Amino acid sequence: MNYSAWSLLRGALSGHRHWTQAWRDAAPKPSYDVIIVGGGGHGLATAYYLAKNHRMANVAVIERGWIGGGNTGRNTTIVRSNYLYPESARLYDFSLQLYEGLSQALNFNIMLSQRGLVMLAHSRHDLDAMSRWANAMRMNGIAAELLTREQVGALAPALDLSPQARLPVLGGFTQRRAGTARHDAVAWGYARAASALGVDIIQNCEVREFIKEGGRVVGVNTTMGRIRAERTGVAAAGHSSVLAKLAGFRLPVTSYALQAMVTEPIKPLLDTVILSPGTGAYVSQSDKGEIIMGAMLDLFPSYAQRGSFAVTQAVIAATLALFPSFSRLQLMRQWAGIVDVVHDSSPIIGATPIPGLYINCGWGTGGFKAIPVGGWTLAHVLATGRNHPLAEPFQLERFISGRLIDEAAASGIAH
Amino acid sequence: MMQIPCIRCGPRDENEFVCGGTSHIARPGLDAGDRAWGEYLFFRDNPKGLHLERWRHAQGCGQWFNVARNTATHEIVSVYAITDPPPP
Repeated sequence: MNYSAWSLLRGALSGHRHWTQAWRDAAPKPSYDVIIVGGGGHGLATAYYLAKNHRMANVAVIERGWIGGGNTGRNTTIVRSNYLYPESARLYDFSLQLYEGLSQALNFNIMLSQRGLVMLAHSRHDLDAMSRWANAMRMNGIAAELLTREQVGALAPALDLSPQARLPVLGGFTQRRAGTARHDAVAWGYARAASALGVDIIQNCEVREFIKEGGRVVGVNTTMGRIRAERTGVAAAGHSSVLAKLAGFRLPVTSYALQAMVTEPIKPLLDTVILSPGTGAYVSQSDKGEIIMGAMLDLFPSYAQRGSFAVTQAVIAATLALFPSFSRLQLMRQWAGIVDVVHDSSPIIGATPIPGLYINCGWGTGGFKAIPVGGWTLAHVLATGRNHPLAEPFQLERFISGRLIDEAAASGIAH
Repeated sequence: MMQIPCIRCGPRDENEFVCGGTSHIARPGLDAGDRAWGEYLFFRDNPKGLHLERWRHAQGCGQWFNVARNTATHEIVSVYAITDPPPP
């Protein structure tokens, strides 16, 4: 069913009884052309682009829990492409461009809100670093504007701009095309569009083993039985190492918990995204009115989807240093996602050492903004056997050759 | 919040400590090739379950020591001296 103003109107007149299921919850077939392990944003986007760009619809997405229930449902919904290096700028800006057209492409409102993002400078050094950063972006063809203290104040009046502030704001820079998108809608939009093109989405199905023939992966053994495939892709974020171990190789990944939290909803107060590299805090207001906060990782390896109270406290302290007026808001929810951090804070998209097996991982703390491009490039290598040009610099082999893309801007926070 | 039993000071709050990552990673010899060196620098087991890791009581006595901890439950199984071999 195509969603439109007309279908809404029709629903209004007929008691909204004509709505059908958005996507098909499938049972596994014995074999597929491609299996994707992981039904988060990246996995679902991969399936959609396989069907859409490469006309491969004999595809299954296998998800251990429910779709969008991992990091796709545990982030702060920020999208941006304010990166330093040309390779990253190309990759992330393509992702932002896809986001810009995604509601139309998927016929599903992902509620993209390009409310802009403001990086704060708290010191002379920050100002210098941000000039460099903004200039690097412009050299890469991505609009960025340096801001004075007054301009920052005009964009976010609730910030503590007084000279006595614990973290005085001296200026900053903005990417106006950045913003937020509705995380669940991204997962559901891709799922619905992929399902409509014939992709099977299989939930509550855990991979127990990779089936190998002559050293090549030819399918997976799951809690729902054996499923064969010509090629298998993994998009499992924080659990990438667990799947790699099953397949018989290692990754340069460490899994950490990254937490975020929301306050009770309040009236509109903050219509941009604020990042403070000095504290690591990133703050925005959801469409519902909640203040969304995130900051640093819980800096020890973890697969527990909950953060430590010590870090919760630090995130709140960092936010309150910027916005003292938030101090009386009540915290509603706090959660953590398991992120796959690599040394250079850049992703890995391509072949693994095991023939037939491909991976998309290493996005660390910034996977949500990269969902469209992660899916696009993993679909490309799964369909053609060749790396997408955008993904060429982001191969696993760079950790051997030493050609790292040390993207300090990747996280936008100091970790 | 975890309580980590410092090998000298006894149990203290997690935020007194910093984690130094995986323990017992052997540095390859000088004749190591690119692959062995890359593996040593970057590639990790990153297990979901028991992990042997180094911690330092940074806001306390400053001592480095080893912790055997479950990364899925955060349960600490044992602590042992920084120069001790891995537990069996």
